[in-house]
Amino acid sequence: MIYEGKKKIWAEYQKEIPEDHYFYVRSCIRQSFFPASEATFLDITRNKLGKDIFETEHHTTCGGIAYHSDAIPQETAMTIIARQFALMHKYGYENYVCSCITSFGLYCETLETWREYPELQQKIAENLWKTCHLEFAKPKFLVHASDLIFKYRMQIAAKSKFKLVNKNTGEPLRVVEHIGCHYSKMFPSKGVGGAEYPYVLVGMVEAWGGQIVDYPERRHCCGFGFRQYFIKGNRGYSLSNTHKKFESMEPFKPDMIITNCPGCPYFLDRWQYVIAETEGKTYGQDGHGIPVFTYEEVAGLVMGYDPWDLGLQTHQVSVEPLLDKIGIPYDPAKKYLGKNGKYLGEPEKPHCLK
Amino acid sequence: MKNNILVIGGGPAGLEASSILSRMGYNVILAEKEKLLGGHLAKWDRLFPDQVPAKEVLNDMLGRMDGVKCFTETKVNSINLLENSYNAMLSNGITVLADAVLLASGFDLFKAEKKEEYGYGIYEGVLTNADLEKAFQEGKKSSPAPRAIGFVHCVGSRDEKAGNPACSKVCCATAVKQAIETKELYPEADVYCFYMDLRMFGRHYEDLYLRAQKSGIRFIRGRVSEVAETAEGRLLVKAEDTLSSKPLKVTLDRLVLMAGMRPSKTGHDVGRQLNLSIEDDGFFSAKDGLQNLQKSKLPGFFYAGACTGPKTLPDTLHEARSAAMEIDRYIKENFRK
Repeated sequence: MIYEGKKKIWAEYQKEIPEDHYFYVRSCIRQSFFPASEATFLDITRNKLGKDIFETEHHTTCGGIAYHSDAIPQETAMTIIARQFALMHKYGYENYVCSCITSFGLYCETLETWREYPELQQKIAENLWKTCHLEFAKPKFLVHASDLIFKYRMQIAAKSKFKLVNKNTGEPLRVVEHIGCHYSKMFPSKGVGGAEYPYVLVGMVEAWGGQIVDYPERRHCCGFGFRQYFIKGNRGYSLSNTHKKFESMEPFKPDMIITNCPGCPYFLDRWQYVIAETEGKTYGQDGHGIPVFTYEEVAGLVMGYDPWDLGLQTHQVSVEPLLDKIGIPYDPAKKYLGKNGKYLGEPEKPHCLK
Repeated sequence: MKNNILVIGGGPAGLEASSILSRMGYNVILAEKEKLLGGHLAKWDRLFPDQVPAKEVLNDMLGRMDGVKCFTETKVNSINLLENSYNAMLSNGITVLADAVLLASGFDLFKAEKKEEYGYGIYEGVLTNADLEKAFQEGKKSSPAPRAIGFVHCVGSRDEKAGNPACSKVCCATAVKQAIETKELYPEADVYCFYMDLRMFGRHYEDLYLRAQKSGIRFIRGRVSEVAETAEGRLLVKAEDTLSSKPLKVTLDRLVLMAGMRPSKTGHDVGRQLNLSIEDDGFFSAKDGLQNLQKSKLPGFFYAGACTGPKTLPDTLHEARSAAMEIDRYIKENFRK
């Protein structure tokens, strides 16, 4: 591996990310999958770093899942998106940040389509006015929330309480990074670092003390891939994808995985249980899995958030061995307590995955 | 008084045309940007189809350069057309008033790092056709011997995404030649060629292909999709075998990328000053593609070699000789009435 070669490529794929003043749009599924990630993003950016990140309850889904499942036509998805952009404009913002990778890809696709086909843009603007009486507008800057955390990575590092370092050995943790396919594979220039050697998560990991693992199936899909999972008969493909990735990363002995997509951390996390149950195989140490995190969760951990406030108890793969490795304190008794201290109940422990 | 002819580029086309024009009695001034004459030929070890040492061919050419004023490490800083001659200022401070100019600026190799998925400049084992020739020239032999080596044809050629839909013409034969030479160097190694289709059009090229197959080189019809590094530092190469309609994965120690031909930047720098026309592929446009291949749209300005598109070495030499004849005819018609 020639690190300088990667740096050359990273230098070619830098996008302009404004420092402040964003209209924030949530994901429709992340709050179920990783309930504290978006709240952590808002808390870090607003309260810890003092940024102006605005959100409104009036925004909706981007329509991405329905669009990619062929449930709605492109014009419908575009009109939904035009409404989101119009809300941004209405509230006085021109920088748009979205939480979801599917949304980010669809926003990029939509903006590119409008650029190539102005007559279609005009039609969508008319649809928007007819249906919502909103003024058509486009963002000056479109970024994904991971772009912003990448932008703030050194500010986060400056406020960090922990590093991605093994406290016993002093060695950097070995981290697998996985970007969502729709982050930069469709439009490499829209992602930090491009598509082949994306830098957005690498930059965070390096800034926070970890070391990236480059394994052969790094580019491979996590296993979500809409049609692989949404169509029940195809779910074997979904599992096969995830299995392929873990088999490929296993020799590199990663300590953890960081992701920036709603689907990737979910599937990389949950399918480890299925692989363990069906094959009796685990990929972490001593019968554990490899813990999988969103970038907000990792940012929260290095900044000293309580792991249970980050929602890490909702992960399938237990995170405690990694917390111990870093030296992050946690109270096992509070793992299954809700925000108000109410006992939430404990999931059944799997047989093959500790 | 001898007429001045300025030749831009000291590769095979420039050398061949210069020596002929000099023997015709012209005062030939050759400007070459590199330290040594010979262009890409000087960086090659052996030539297809007969594996003739490139050095022998180049030495023959250099041996005929007596009488030609060669300026190496010299660029054309500016050039403009006067009434019936060209005024060129060279980077060594010399000004040349030439009655005719021959542009023989050749080609640049496609920058293989642009095909990011192949990992050139990222993974140690990935090299280009030019890197391999350099290693052959230096007599380098890897130890331990590589167990498996792959050759990827059409890197930056016939590739719209890379901005070059055209064929570079020499890569297939070069890949087959280099695969044979690699197999000779490492007889125990598995050698693979990943190709789209083999364009072995020249005389004896098919013989070379047959020889490669007989020596055990495996030809896989399909493009490489991505390259990654294994935990052992070997290269995991994914490709498609379009004959069996299956994806394949193979672990290699070396992957040689057949970087194609792109228009020369030096040529473009000259062309821009004279507003010479360029075709969609970026190479210079000849006056016409059949009868006036060596002529430009400007009087007294001629082309030879790969500045008008990818060419084999024999084609380049033929063009150089043809250009010399065209220049001679032009001078006689315009300056010796």
